Amino acid sequence: MQLTSMYQEIILDHYRDPHGRGLREPYGGESHQVNPTCGDEVTLRVQLDDDVVRDVSYEGMGCSISQASQSILHDLVVGQPLPRAREIAADFLTLMQSKGEPAVAESLEDSLEDAVAFVGVGRYPARIKCALLGWMAFRDASEQAAVAQGGTG
Amino acid sequence: MTGIVSGYDVEVLRKDFPILERRLADDHPLVYLDSANTSQKPRQVLDRLREHYEQHNANVARAVHQLGEEATAAFEGARDTLAAFVKAPSRDEIIFTRGVTEGLNLVANVLAWAEPPYRVGPGDEVLVTEMEHHSNIVPWQLLTQRTGATLRWIGLTDEGRLDLSNLDELITERTKVVSLVHVSNMLGTLNPVADIARRAHEVGALVVLDAAQAVPQLPYDVTATGADIVGFTGHKMLGPTGIGVLWGRRDLLAALPPFHGGGEMIEDVRMERSTYAGPPHRFEAGTPPIAQAIGLAAAADYLTAVGMDNVAAHEQAITAYALERLQAVPGIRILGPTTVEDRGGAISFTYGTLHPHDIGQVLDSLGIAVRGGHHCAKPVHRRFGIGASTRASAYLYTTTAEIDALAGGLEQVRRFFGVRF
Repeated sequence: MQLTSMYQEIILDHYRDPHGRGLREPYGGESHQVNPTCGDEVTLRVQLDDDVVRDVSYEGMGCSISQASQSILHDLVVGQPLPRAREIAADFLTLMQSKGEPAVAESLEDSLEDAVAFVGVGRYPARIKCALLGWMAFRDASEQAAVAQGGTG
Repeated sequence: MTGIVSGYDVEVLRKDFPILERRLADDHPLVYLDSANTSQKPRQVLDRLREHYEQHNANVARAVHQLGEEATAAFEGARDTLAAFVKAPSRDEIIFTRGVTEGLNLVANVLAWAEPPYRVGPGDEVLVTEMEHHSNIVPWQLLTQRTGATLRWIGLTDEGRLDLSNLDELITERTKVVSLVHVSNMLGTLNPVADIARRAHEVGALVVLDAAQAVPQLPYDVTATGADIVGFTGHKMLGPTGIGVLWGRRDLLAALPPFHGGGEMIEDVRMERSTYAGPPHRFEAGTPPIAQAIGLAAAADYLTAVGMDNVAAHEQAITAYALERLQAVPGIRILGPTTVEDRGGAISFTYGTLHPHDIGQVLDSLGIAVRGGHHCAKPVHRRFGIGASTRASAYLYTTTAEIDALAGGLEQVRRFFGVRF
């Protein structure tokens, strides 16, 4: 069944048991993103410690794809230097725009680790926004956090 | 068919709809339960469209040649058909629009420029309801924000009906317009529009109805609604997209200024100023959706042949069946009335903690088409504390077997995500 190409087990695991969920203090930047087509929402906070992403906390409502994507985002970027976290975010965007191309997923495996499981979502244009919602919030909140601590970001 | 009796043979009628024979991915037969979003089209409508383009295509009302005359006769004939379909007292009360959205925007716009007593200005109030589609909220927000008027709304009960307990406070001498949905696209609620219209008229307010979900399902008499203006759309009643109707009382339309300026809506044009055609052409600037209007007339003919009483009876029966079947599925919570009394055919629900996107995606993999999201009615979702819902909606071609497929599909959804309710 085609369905399992989108809903890979690793995505369902993150959906059932999300990592890092809930809004926490302190934070240097916060972003609220809405998917206008379905009404899904996320509020996401980023705390930086010098140039390292110390915490990503989030809350919102959305489908399994958006919830799992935020959980994986948390796992991937917390503890990373901000420039590296931004590379990961850029790679995830590339994966989503790959139209489900396995070769793209393979080339990004070192960077995205488990997140390459989202490659199948790229075949469903209506769902790409779901997967990207948290990442858009991360880009926005991390920029704010960088500005707030006076860094160049 | 099992379980319900209809005034026509649903299986025979389904043969008129080529798309209902489609098989989707993994050879699943299509189970189309998204008719409140858009209906499927019978061959009779498709044939009429093709015949128009193949045999009679020309612009209307301006070509002095045989094709132009044929196209004009068919287009204006469509106006007669639609007038009869909703029992409009005059064909001149039928304005062709792109759909209800354009119709409501037309009304909300011209009321900013109308002469008294219709003009909406500072201190005036426009009353809508919390169950409106965005197309019956945003145009009124734009109007009231631009004119200094105030937008108010009727709230909802937990059962998904209008809360009319404070109607006397909401309809006052300041109220200039009451605009509401006849049958909700999300809750399915059928509103007591005639009662509300009577109250509104006591204070001299205009009554506007969004009948997008009502006209396709009910035998319709625009004057019986008590409204001054009624909008409906073609593609939800077996017709093409891009065509709708705005009915308005003749004396009211005659008193309202134009909306769009352009060809066909004028009487005379000089460089300094223009004078305008009477209704309905005053409100139909530019080349209209000709083939679409003709196709919509074919749809109205089709529905009339089936009999709108039969259509309404089938909708009631299939909705009752669906409400019963769905409520037997553990985890399902119906939003809106849970019985068919004063209710249309759209059934929105939540399913445990599962998200409508996920529900819709798994159902789609089984060939079952439903809608998941906010159905362009965010305020009503907010009212019920949710962001989105799943909606199943039937029409005259829907069978009980399709409802059974949905109920079975929901069980598979639950199993796929490995959750229990």
